[in-house]
Amino acid sequence: MAISPVAETEYKGSAQPEQGQQPTLSVRDLVVEIPTRRGVLRPVDRVSYDLAPGEILGVVGESGAGKSMTGNAVIGLLDRPAHIAGGEILLNGKRIDNLSRRDMRKIRGKEIGMVFQDPLTSLNPLIPIGDQLAETIETHLNVSRTEARKRALASLEEVGIPAAAERLDSYPHEFSGGMRQRVVIALALCAEPSLVIADEPTTALDVSVQAQIIALLKRLCREHGTSVILVTHDMGVIAEAADRVAVMYAGKLVEIGPVRDVLTHPNHPYTDGLVGSMPAHSHGQARLRQIPGAMPRLNALPEGCAFHPRCPKAQEKCRHAPEPELMNGAACWFPVGEDA
Amino acid sequence: MSAMVTIRNLTRTFDVSKPWLNRVLERLPRQKLTAVSDVTLEIEEKSVYALVGESGSGKSTIGKILVGLLPPSSGEVRVEGVDLATETDPKVREELRSNIQMIFQDPYASLNPRWRVKDVIVEPVKVRGGKTEGLAEKLLEQVGLSAEDAGKFPHQFSGGQRQRICVARALASNPRLIVCDEPTSALDVSVQAQVLNLMSDLKDELGLTYLFISHDLTVVRHMADRIGVLYLGQLVEEADPETLFETPRHPYTQMLLAAAPKLDSFGETEAVPQGEIPDPINPPPGCVFNPRCPYATERCRIERPELRRMGETRVACHHAEEIARKLSLETA
Ligand SMILES: Nc1ncnc2c1ncn2[C@@H]1O[C@H](COP(=O)(O)OP(=O)(O)OP(=O)(O)O)[C@@H](O)[C@H]1O
Ligand SMILES: Nc1ncnc2c1ncn2[C@@H]1O[C@H](COP(=O)(O)OP(=O)(O)O)[C@@H](O)[C@H]1O
Ligand code: SF4
Ligand code: SF4
Ligand SMILES: [Mg+2]
Ligand SMILES: [Mg+2]
Repeated sequence: MAISPVAETEYKGSAQPEQGQQPTLSVRDLVVEIPTRRGVLRPVDRVSYDLAPGEILGVVGESGAGKSMTGNAVIGLLDRPAHIAGGEILLNGKRIDNLSRRDMRKIRGKEIGMVFQDPLTSLNPLIPIGDQLAETIETHLNVSRTEARKRALASLEEVGIPAAAERLDSYPHEFSGGMRQRVVIALALCAEPSLVIADEPTTALDVSVQAQIIALLKRLCREHGTSVILVTHDMGVIAEAADRVAVMYAGKLVEIGPVRDVLTHPNHPYTDGLVGSMPAHSHGQARLRQIPGAMPRLNALPEGCAFHPRCPKAQEKCRHAPEPELMNGAACWFPVGEDA
Repeated sequence: MSAMVTIRNLTRTFDVSKPWLNRVLERLPRQKLTAVSDVTLEIEEKSVYALVGESGSGKSTIGKILVGLLPPSSGEVRVEGVDLATETDPKVREELRSNIQMIFQDPYASLNPRWRVKDVIVEPVKVRGGKTEGLAEKLLEQVGLSAEDAGKFPHQFSGGQRQRICVARALASNPRLIVCDEPTSALDVSVQAQVLNLMSDLKDELGLTYLFISHDLTVVRHMADRIGVLYLGQLVEEADPETLFETPRHPYTQMLLAAAPKLDSFGETEAVPQGEIPDPINPPPGCVFNPRCPYATERCRIERPELRRMGETRVACHHAEEIARKLSLETA
């Protein structure tokens, strides 16, 4: 119930869960590779982070940064030929990156819940939603059919489906986009997983519905003590929902830290650029701050720091030295706010 | 200042009935969806008028009517005094059409993948028999790309670059009015900033007028001189950005502003909006917002409020004054 005390104390500035406490999820030097005819691409390159119980980690970055790939690697849903080529993933202390497809399937739904941008990818169009929920509950929680039905109803009520008892026999297409996403959240949480991966869960929704879904996701995960990886390109959603934020650029984790610190005092020039280019930060100026150029393609990554062609702080070292490691929350030789 | 665009009592309905056979077998009536309902507004020359609203509120429909892609069902749309629906002089029609261009949301879908960028850009001029010599190259540089890009194909460009190509194409016929339908919604925030800056620069340089359609309140606040808020096809509020954001008068605008994620909220959620947008085929009677409105009264369920002046704002709400008083008491 309520906010986990660990999470509370932990946001004061450290980027890791408290000492001695077992993280829900631990990603260590994760590498995802895609072999192609013209060489091997690395959409995820040595990404590491820990997720405390009950914590919401926001993952941001431009499209193609590797946000979804990282999430998909955790749930074992990489589309071939993409595969995990290095590192490890631990869920509640147990390695899951080397499990067989069959074992992984058992973990999905039971220990890791999933919410995607398009609710229809998570729902079977031919089965009434009550049955889909009951079936998930029955298989994962070993309860009787009647009990599963009862819990299905309770979970629909919990996510705020009006007249839930009458909607049990409705099909997904009979719901609005926002209501469907509520059903998906019910489905993701019904087996009481310890981790939920939500990949752009509100991107397709309207502002008012988006606010409802974010509030719901936040409340339920707090109440159930579930950890969440919230992947989105929307910084506003992160500010509102996340405890910590991880910023990705060209397959790398370039900054991670408590959401307030990162958004108000970004350390990495890329984060600084992202935050600064938001129209909400234009402060009445006629022109917005912009990051020049575009993210490089994976097959044409620049030498040194991958951000250097766009970086206002780039120096000789950035172009040639091996890329900077994540230190004190940012992977940068010359972090913002620290004058070199 | 003079109005470049005047829209009066504009209404557009769509027939969304089931196919004839189904209607007969299932005894279904014909169904009509009102996408735009009795909208009246003016766009000043060389200004940016923004339309905001959630999905299905009628933004794109108004944009398409303005550029002549859709006829109105009733009402009047005049651009520089000319009404495309009634104007019969082909020369006047032609001139008006080349004076208005449109930029769409999806820079991927709106460029023909088999055409070279050069041909994409000059096409609107070419169909009218205009001169296209060197035009694409000049425009490419104007939108921050290079003349050498003219021979490339759209797939060789990123999303932001493609949107620049769309802007170049829109500029080709020397338009005076551009309808921009969610021009940056498909772009990342850093690229969005590049495109929005480009659009502001071009507006100043070329003296353009924009109808700027977006669902993103922060973008609209940054770009607009005047903002119209649409809900279920109706214009429920209109004001300049400062007034609208500081003192929103309509309960729907108030809800939208409260719902928009704030960068400084850090974990605090404001009052979460209630309910969802109703089915546009069967909109609620009276004020369309009444099922979700915390201030709704009996009158709201019966009588549609007219858009009327209230200080700097135009608002369509029976109780706007009382609500304003109540809110100022609460904050005082
Ligand atoms: N050709 C059409 N036939 C039937 N209904 C239509 C048609 N075009 C639009 N509509 C309906 O009219 C209403 C307004 O649509 P419109 O595209 O103008 O909305 P919008 O505000 O641009 O929404 P979005 O933010 O999703 O782009 C919607 O309910 C839509 O479903
Ligand atoms: N099947 C694939 N083949 C080649 N590249 C791919 C494939 N799937 C994804 N990628 C690339 O991997 C990178 C990361 O993708 P993704 O994780 O989906 O990004 P994000 O979610 O941050 O937008 C991108 O550059 C994308 O183009
Ligand atoms: S390492 Fe250099 S180029 Fe890279 S982000 Fe830091 S300052 Fe910029
Ligand atoms: S007219 Fe009535 S229902 Fe409509 S917004 Fe005003 S108070 Fe609410
Ligand atoms: Mg993605
Ligand atoms: Mg639209």
